[in-house]
Formats: sequence, structure tokens, C-alpha cells
Amino acid sequence: MATWTPDPTFYPSARLAAQGPREKLAYVAMLNVATPPRPDALDVVDLDPESRTYAQRVGRVEMPQVGDELHHFGWNACSSALCPYAPHPHIERRYLIVPGLRSSRLHIIDVKDNPRAPKIVRTIPAEDVAARTGYSRPHTLHCGPEGIYVSALGAPDGGGPGGVFLMDHESLNVLGRWEMDRGPQFFAYDLWWHLGYDTMLTSEWGTPNMIENGVVPELLLGGKYGHHLHVWDLKRRRHIQEIDLGPEQQMVLELRPAHDPTKAYGFAGVVVSTKDLSASIWTWHRESEKWAVRKVIEIPAEPADPAQLPPLLKGFKAVPPLITDIALSLDDRFLYVSCWGTGEMRQYDVSDPFNPKLAGSVRIGGIVARAKHPASDAPLNGGPQMVEVSRDGRRVYFTNSLYRAWDEQFYPEGIRGWMVKLDADPAGGIKFDERFFLETEPALRPHQVRLEGGDASSDSYCYA
Amino acid sequence: MPDAAQAASFWAWAALAGLGAFHGVNPAMGWLFAVGRGLQSGRRATVLGSLAPIALGHMASVAIVIAGVEALREFVDVTLLQALAASGLIGFGAWRFARGFRHRFRVGMVAGFGDLTLWSFLMATAHGAGLMLAPVLLLLPPGTGLLALGVHTAAMFAVMGFTAWAVFEWVGLALLRRGWINLDLLWSGVLVGVGGLLLATATAEHATGTHGLGALLRVCVG
Repeated sequence: MATWTPDPTFYPSARLAAQGPREKLAYVAMLNVATPPRPDALDVVDLDPESRTYAQRVGRVEMPQVGDELHHFGWNACSSALCPYAPHPHIERRYLIVPGLRSSRLHIIDVKDNPRAPKIVRTIPAEDVAARTGYSRPHTLHCGPEGIYVSALGAPDGGGPGGVFLMDHESLNVLGRWEMDRGPQFFAYDLWWHLGYDTMLTSEWGTPNMIENGVVPELLLGGKYGHHLHVWDLKRRRHIQEIDLGPEQQMVLELRPAHDPTKAYGFAGVVVSTKDLSASIWTWHRESEKWAVRKVIEIPAEPADPAQLPPLLKGFKAVPPLITDIALSLDDRFLYVSCWGTGEMRQYDVSDPFNPKLAGSVRIGGIVARAKHPASDAPLNGGPQMVEVSRDGRRVYFTNSLYRAWDEQFYPEGIRGWMVKLDADPAGGIKFDERFFLETEPALRPHQVRLEGGDASSDSYCYA
Repeated sequence: MPDAAQAASFWAWAALAGLGAFHGVNPAMGWLFAVGRGLQSGRRATVLGSLAPIALGHMASVAIVIAGVEALREFVDVTLLQALAASGLIGFGAWRFARGFRHRFRVGMVAGFGDLTLWSFLMATAHGAGLMLAPVLLLLPPGTGLLALGVHTAAMFAVMGFTAWAVFEWVGLALLRRGWINLDLLWSGVLVGVGGLLLATATAEHATGTHGLGALLRVCVG
């Protein structure tokens, strides 16, 4: 329904967003691995330190069917509604669009009436998505100036190509395939953009067939998973450039462009190098009319006793860092890097995007380390994974599960879910909030976190 | 010329300018695009340079309606034309309301002179900017279309330019968060309202054999 003034959670710029009120609630995607199968859920977590239920689950909505594999999700509308060329600011940030990565269903969840008791108002079946777009396995979504952009890993038969489809921000209908000309692009994973340059970037994982039964060592060692970035003309919907990071750079996943639309650079995370099991961060940037990329961070593998390693890694005698997620604060100053394998969350000062400086680090979980949280007695497994930063950059939330079939390969004993919070010093440095340690019920594994009213990866801005 | 006709003419010119001002102040019609482009380039000149193509596109959209009215009034009875304009306004307003508010034009932040002109033309057309002028034009003597176009565009340009300059130089975009009222919704209501008034006037004219709002007044007062 149209409103008289813009949604109060829409901000013209990232700078203004950082001045907004503190978040009180988080929504967390919960994968359910129970036998017999139980539906996945979207949990609501209390983030208000003054509240009696701080750091606890205060709400839950279960999905209507089993087998979704909830993963990433996002809002129907956000600050990009204020963009000058396609304005529609009198819409509410009200619905979470929650895809099932395995089921390909899209759940529309209304959080307006009672933010602690979200309601599923509509489920779009996989067949609808397939019929209208030719895609399946919807992954990441972003609210854009013209509608909702969703990346999808592949085709309904589990092959490729993957790509991007559009949804209408008012009717929430799936509209169709976004690309007019996909050029050489075949794999899909993340998407984001530089609105100030009418440019979109996409990254690469693998087709559903390459990932749904776990990582395939032959494909990995053969350099067959994705290792490119793709640059697109956002307005003409055309592929304009493919950037190869090299076949050893396996799985280019998360994309974090600068939030300031005048800056033409951003960061991409690479999960693993087949040369030495290191993981890396690359900075892409615009050089005259072309886009280029440069490796700016390399995190080495840590030597380990094979007895402590899962079968997949025994032969390597090392534990790979596995950068599975990154997050950039709204002031474009701090980059958070999740090392899901070694169990480390790193904070880099990226004021100079080509010379990041390590500013902080905490250890928790890890394939070998099993590091504890200050509030936990027992060793923890899983590692820092989906990470989200508050709008003001002072608080960092993260969870520990990756993707069901891959969880089992790296943590074969089964991941015990947790969500934690860090306090970030504005001058650099991170430490655990000892009051915030949320352990999930045994069969539930937390994935992406979204903060009420927007966070550092939910919104994009057209104004500096 | 009777006083009533003079008064009608005065109000018609004022309305043309007023509608121009309304379009000028609406962020969706151009000043915000000019400011956004200025912030992107970091240059005041970009703000100023964006204003002309935006005004040109707006003028082109309005010109089509004005030319249409000027041509039709040569052959068609004014009362019928009023009824046509009225149904056009009501239908368009209702359609806009039912359709919702979204834009998918192929113009983004990287736009040249032609892109901005095209964008502004499409925005003004989708907005029904020119359509609203039709009933006002019918209050003016035939042959004044070009002048009407000039008055409307000048007012739009002046208000858009002033707003863009003021926001870019001192006010800042935080203003948008509270100050951007839903002009789209308001405009849809105004389209339907003016259409209704016009229809009533045309009907009254037909019944009383007199012209203008006076006819409606005569019917109402008895």
C-alpha cells in the first residue's frame, strides 16, 4: 500500500543510514536437518541489550513444506527506492523474500504487523519461477531501483546457465529473466552493483549439479568451479566484460561494492586456491572504461595433523581458511572476512582499498581449533560464516553454517548452530559481546542474518 | 470582453504556471535527478547542465497535448472536448492509481543530454503532466497554445532549477526522508478530481447554454 511519506528506513545515502536508530531485531534463516525432515524456519532474535530476552530467539515462522534449505534472503524494498531515475519511495520495507535454495520456492514473509511474529503471506512455487525465468535455485536478492533482482544458480534440471531474474516490488510477482545478452557467463552466485555507474557485477559458484551433493574434489582440483567476475550494463542488461581470476581461484562468491555510489571499486572473496589452499580477497576497480581486479588479501592455510581433519582434507595436512562470506561497513572503511575453515573472523581497514590493513581478529569454532566463545564451556564447531554489520558499523553479527551438503564434508560430526555478536571499535578492533551467545536447537543451523530496518548488505544508495 | 471571461483567462494563465511549478517541485520530475547527477560528479555544473534537457523533455510531452487540443478545437465543439478531456483525466488518474508506481526506463545515472530528455519526456507522459493542461487550455482563446507551452515550461524550469540549486547547495538530501510527500498519489487524486469537475461543468454548460464554471455555479445555485 502506498504511504504519504517515504518509509523511515529509506536513506538517501549510506552516511545518513549510519546515523539511523539502532537495530532491535534480527531475522535469521534456519536450516532444519532433523530426521524425519522438519521444515526450515525464519527466526527472530532480540538485539536490544536493555531487553530481558537479549540475544534470545523471540519469534519463529516455519516454512509450509520441508526441504527448502533457507539460505540468503532480502527485502521487497530499500533505500534504492529513492533513486532519482526510477523513484518509488512511498512503498514499505515490509516483506522479506526468502528463497529455498534447494526447493526453489520463494516465500513472501510479512513482518509489519508484529515484527516478532512474521507471517507467510504467499509462497511462489518452483514451477512458477522456472516457467517465467527458466531458472531455479534462487540465491541472493537485492532490492533495486526498478524492482527486486534475484540471482539463481542454474536451470531446473540442475545444469546451467544460472543468472538473474526480476520480481516486481509492488505485486511481488516473478517477472522474468533479466539478461538480454549474457555473453560468456554461465555460472552464477552473487550479484550487486554500482548504481552511480549503471554497472552490475555477478560472481560464480557452480551449477546445482556441481554443488548439491557436496563439493566434488575432481572438479575442484581441476579448476572447474567458477573463477570469473562478470561486469554488466545494468540499464541495457548486457554482459560487457568477463574477468578471469585464474582457474586455481576456485569459487568467487561474495561481492561487496563500495556503498558510496561515486566510488567504482569493491571486494570479492575467493573460497580457496587449489595451489596452496589459501583464500583471498580481490579488489575490482574501474580503469578508464574497463574494469580490472587485483588480489589484495591472501590468507594462508594452517598446517594440521591429518588425524584432526575430515576425509576430504586429510591428504593436504592443512586446514584451509575458506572465505565464505565478507561484509563491508556502510562507511566503506572496514571489511569483515569470515574464515569458515580455520574459525576466524578478521576485520580489515580498507580505507585504501588496494592496501587493506588487518585491524582485528577473533577466533571461534574451526575445523581443527574448535575455539570457544567467552560464554561457552564446550568447544565449538562450524566457523564464522554469514556476517552482517549494523548500519552504524558498531556491531557485527554472524552465524556458523554454510550449506547442508558442504557442512557434512568439512564438519562431518554435524554442525551445532550458534550466532554471536562482536562489538567493533570505530577506530578499529573487534571483541566478543560476552552476553551474546545464542545456541540453536540441535537440528537447526543458522545461515543469513538480516537486521530490522536494513543492514550493511541489504540496501544500496544513489547519492554520495 | 465581459469581466467573467477576463477572470477565467487570468485564472487559466495562473493555473498553467501553477501546474508548471508543481511539476518543477516534484522530485520525480527532474530536480532530484539533476542533484543526484551533481553529487555523483561532484560538480555544480552537472546540476545546471541537467536542467535544460529535463525541461526540454517535459516540454515535448506537454507540447503533444497542447497541439492536440489546438487541432481538435478547430473541428470539435468545446463542450464535447471538455467531456473528452474529463474522461481522459478520470481514466488516466484511476489507471495510475490501480497500476501502482514503478518505472523501468532504460536510463540510469550515466545519462547524456538525449537520455535525460527522453527520460523526462517519458516521466512527464507517464505522469499525465500534459493531460492536466487540456481543461485549462479550453478556457483560453484558440491560438494561444504556444504561449501556454511557454508559460508552463518556464514556470516548471524556474521552480525545478531553484529547488535543485537550493538542495544541492544548502538543504541536502536528508530532506527527502520526511519532505518527499506522495505527490504521485496526490496527483492521481487531482487528475480524477479535475476530471470530475470538468465533466460537471460541461454537463451544466450543456443544460444552461452558458460557458465556463459560471454555468456550473448557475446550476448549483439554481
